[in-house]
Amino acid sequence: MAPQTCRRPDKSMESKALNNATKRLWKRWGWIFLFAVSLLLILFTPLPIPSNSPADRNIRIEASMFQFSPGELKVNQGDRVTIELVSTDVVHGFSLDGYNFELKADPGQTATGTFIADKSGVFRFRCSVACGNLHPFMIGKLKVGPNLLLLRSIALSLLAVIAALVSLRMFPDQQSRYIK
Amino acid sequence: MTRLDLTHISWTQTLLRSRWPQFLLRAITLAGFVFTIFAGLFGSVVGSHNFAIIFVWIAWWTALKLFFIPFGGRSWCSICPIPMPGEWLQNGGILQPCGKGIGLGKRWPKAMRGSWLQAGGFLMVGLFGAVTLTSPLVTAIVLMVILLLALILSLVFERRSFCNYLCPIGGFTGLYAQVGPVEVRVKDADICAAHDEKVCYDACPWGLYPLALKSSANCGLCMECLRVCPTDNIAVNLRPWGSDLGSKTKHNLDEAFLGLVMLASALVDSAIFLGPWGQLKSAAYAIGSLPWLLFAGVFIVVALGILPGLYIAAVWASMRLGAIKTTLRQSLAQFSQLLVPLGMMAWIAFTISFAFAKFSYVLPVISDPLGWGWNLIGMSGTSWVGQSTSFSLLLQVVLLAVGLFWASRVARRITESVKQALPLIAFSIIFSLSMLWLLIG
Ligand code: SF4
Ligand SMILES: [Cu+2]
Repeated sequence: MAPQTCRRPDKSMESKALNNATKRLWKRWGWIFLFAVSLLLILFTPLPIPSNSPADRNIRIEASMFQFSPGELKVNQGDRVTIELVSTDVVHGFSLDGYNFELKADPGQTATGTFIADKSGVFRFRCSVACGNLHPFMIGKLKVGPNLLLLRSIALSLLAVIAALVSLRMFPDQQSRYIK
Repeated sequence: MTRLDLTHISWTQTLLRSRWPQFLLRAITLAGFVFTIFAGLFGSVVGSHNFAIIFVWIAWWTALKLFFIPFGGRSWCSICPIPMPGEWLQNGGILQPCGKGIGLGKRWPKAMRGSWLQAGGFLMVGLFGAVTLTSPLVTAIVLMVILLLALILSLVFERRSFCNYLCPIGGFTGLYAQVGPVEVRVKDADICAAHDEKVCYDACPWGLYPLALKSSANCGLCMECLRVCPTDNIAVNLRPWGSDLGSKTKHNLDEAFLGLVMLASALVDSAIFLGPWGQLKSAAYAIGSLPWLLFAGVFIVVALGILPGLYIAAVWASMRLGAIKTTLRQSLAQFSQLLVPLGMMAWIAFTISFAFAKFSYVLPVISDPLGWGWNLIGMSGTSWVGQSTSFSLLLQVVLLAVGLFWASRVARRITESVKQALPLIAFSIIFSLSMLWLLIG
């Protein structure tokens, strides 16, 4: 008689432990799922870009060893951008990342070209004619519309911190002295 | 923790034990090193057409950060040509130690131990970086000075004193090797304890005793201990990334300094080489001029003032929030661990941004290494401007986020509570966002 009564609470404890284990498992996968979804949302949700009516922009850039001035340009998406590249010393080029756009200006001369800024984001432009030692680092930036990637990456950073803290709670590791 | 011991697999065991594979690799790197100096001295003065610039600063520096360290910790040190000539003399033999070598074998002065000088050296490389990075002649001279210095020091001091205390690259790799996936450890501590000849300690060029190894920071993976151990008690383990970090490992104040210098250098290099500020570039280039002094001042203020200041403030706040009593010095040392994943990932992101755009220079410069108009492999003149694609930008963002995730985990693991980890995490966020802004802003 006695052993039987003893076994009963034992069994229910066992099933309770089992229940807890499955619950933990579900919780862990729930968190992983949640983080994966937020990651994708943060990186790829289409965000509304404030639409301005396309304008014509004339930008004059002076190229000299080893800088473009101005080095940072800002336009809206859809703008028709005309670049006037003036070189003040040697031959310099202007090649825009992400766009198929290139100019080459002889010393003292102006080269002009036009493109439609249809891709949004931040794009670097580089000198494309070897002009001296620092030539590989002769770089400028073109901002087309708001820098959504920067906003996304700030959100991603916050997610990374939260994920780090939660991951240690969900998957405590043996190396940690303090976390139980 | 899970480990895979390479000495248990027969072919890797043979490869590691034999001196030949390593010797051949070192012979190649030494030949490359000598050729690089030659190219720098006699080749074209235009950096992008010279083997010395492209190979040292694009190919090797990239390989170190994207391949050697993340996948092999200090593996570069095991095939590095710089200490070779000195080591031959110390060993009295080229392939292996033979009898008595040459050298005074003095001990390195106590006051100059730790990675302080390495960090200082790295800071100097950064201060003169714009010139070293673009002038083949200066690169050649720097390499010669390093080679000579390593040789002279190995004749005066014992073992690899140059590597241990001076080499800036050693400081860099050593710091980040702690999170690398390779380690040398003893298999059975009892066997070592019972063996009182310590042949492994005598054989170690780095002055380490394998039984006492807790961190991979100073182990150059040379495999000498493995070769001399009579009981085959040395393991070469593949391990999870980040294994040397955690609440149980011991860290010193010089690591905090080294880690901060590396963070500052990553920021300043990104600003100079990837930023749109032409005047900053010219200032960094015109060594000795007034703008350069201004630039050097700003660099030093960032590296030795702002960043350490923020770090000290974060550590102090975190210390105040903890229950366990420690000194500020101890906390600065212990919490320095979080600088490792943070810096590692920032350097990788910087490298992606920097090197991918410039990689088209590599093949042309093999084709015409001296810029003399040769065309050895028919690739001369095929370099193009290079650009960063939207994929590479996204990759940089993800890498920096991984760095922040990792650093936050480390911060939480070495503190008592989330509350105590928060100031450290805040420091990491500030650094990550600055880096983000420089790379993709
Ligand atoms: S412990 Fe072994 S592998 Fe590490 S440096 Fe010493 S001899 Fe080389
Ligand atoms: Cu130019």
